[in-house]
Amino acid sequence: MSDSIEIDRFVLAERLVHRVFAVLMVVCIVTAAILYNGALMMAVGHRHVVETIHVWCGFALPVPLLLGAASKAYRTDLGILNRFTRTDWRWLRSRSRRDGTIPVGKFNAGQKINSWLVAGSTGVLLGTGVLLFWPDLVRLSWRAGATFVHDWFALGLGLLVVGHVTYAMRDPEARRGMRTGRVSRSWARAEHEAWADEVTRNVTAGRGAGPQARRQ
Amino acid sequence: MPHTPPDAGDSAPVGRRAVLGLLGLGAIGVVTGSSVQNGLSQMLAAVQMRDPTGLTSQIPLGDTWRYYSVTGAVEPRKPADYSLKVSGLVDRPTSYSFADLEGLPQTEFDDTFQCVTGWSVPDVPWRGVRVSDLLEPAAPTDDAVGVRYKSFDGTYTVNMTLEQARADDVLVVLAMYDEPVTHDHGGPVRVYSGSMYGYKSTKWLSEIEVTSDNAPGYWEDRGYPLDGFIEDE
Repeated sequence: MSDSIEIDRFVLAERLVHRVFAVLMVVCIVTAAILYNGALMMAVGHRHVVETIHVWCGFALPVPLLLGAASKAYRTDLGILNRFTRTDWRWLRSRSRRDGTIPVGKFNAGQKINSWLVAGSTGVLLGTGVLLFWPDLVRLSWRAGATFVHDWFALGLGLLVVGHVTYAMRDPEARRGMRTGRVSRSWARAEHEAWADEVTRNVTAGRGAGPQARRQ
Repeated sequence: MPHTPPDAGDSAPVGRRAVLGLLGLGAIGVVTGSSVQNGLSQMLAAVQMRDPTGLTSQIPLGDTWRYYSVTGAVEPRKPADYSLKVSGLVDRPTSYSFADLEGLPQTEFDDTFQCVTGWSVPDVPWRGVRVSDLLEPAAPTDDAVGVRYKSFDGTYTVNMTLEQARADDVLVVLAMYDEPVTHDHGGPVRVYSGSMYGYKSTKWLSEIEVTSDNAPGYWEDRGYPLDGFIEDE
């Protein structure tokens, strides 16, 4: 097979979930910076408006993640992200993990860990955000604790997002996969060999439901 | 609905455990964060004092000020151009220049600035004139019930009852940390109430209006309690 063959990587539902989640996340980060940084706050002002945007975009964050569950492909990918294999551990520990000697499935171990940390951090930020937004819910020392947790998890999630975007900027084909849903088979073989093989096998076996490779 | 991937044999649902673990960590942090934070910030206070870049003050260690403004950029006001009106239901409406306020008896104490959302800055040195010392010469009329603090940002207001405003720890603040109140802290003159949450301590104060009611102010209209007393721990 030639390199012009393309493989379906993400269905429309997954790309929509990613796009909506990304927009909400960026709005949350920008408004968070204004709410947190004194110089930005003083320049922008309008605290109540900024806070309202931040809070409601934050509350909306899990909505695309939950709606995505209507898609079978999304649920399948969640299942893959959830499970860590011996190969994943080996890949993580390996110094030469990028050279392709350890065949990587649809997601590499780093992508899996990123997805857990983003999901968990989003949940923690959501929960503590609720405590901050409705100050009657818990007593003052817990609100102080919620502020503490919200700040640190926000910092951590911010770093994860920066890392995620940095890796994406280095890899146009990976970005194309999330933008159009398709990647070249050569990219898939280089970055996700086990997955590329599996997709190819499915196509050869004529299985209609699975991911498909098609000739351009 | 089983979605077992092909390599499920040698794999474990580590993702679910990690997410649940983070949620648990967050919950522990909510309950213990207050004391963890106190320990951390005491440990790192020494570092922060010697940090010329100011970067460490951006790390969420706690005990750091967070500056709020509810309007667009507030035009800074110099002490020389400043005046404070005491108006409304009073026999003798008065206007004070900054120098007038400096000439009145000053009250000083250290006390915590406590935000309703949980953050706080302990042991802030405050100096200023008691609000009661401004109300007394103005002589509120018999039907006066509350005072309304107005900000020269043009938007912010907050009320206290007359009785609350007359408490010993309610100041018209002229100095914080033995320095003039900075613009970001609401200078040249702001309110501070030691017993109440920060939203009762109006920044950029321009007027104290004595009113016939105790109407909700800016944040109270947006959900915060009219009675802004800090709850006991």
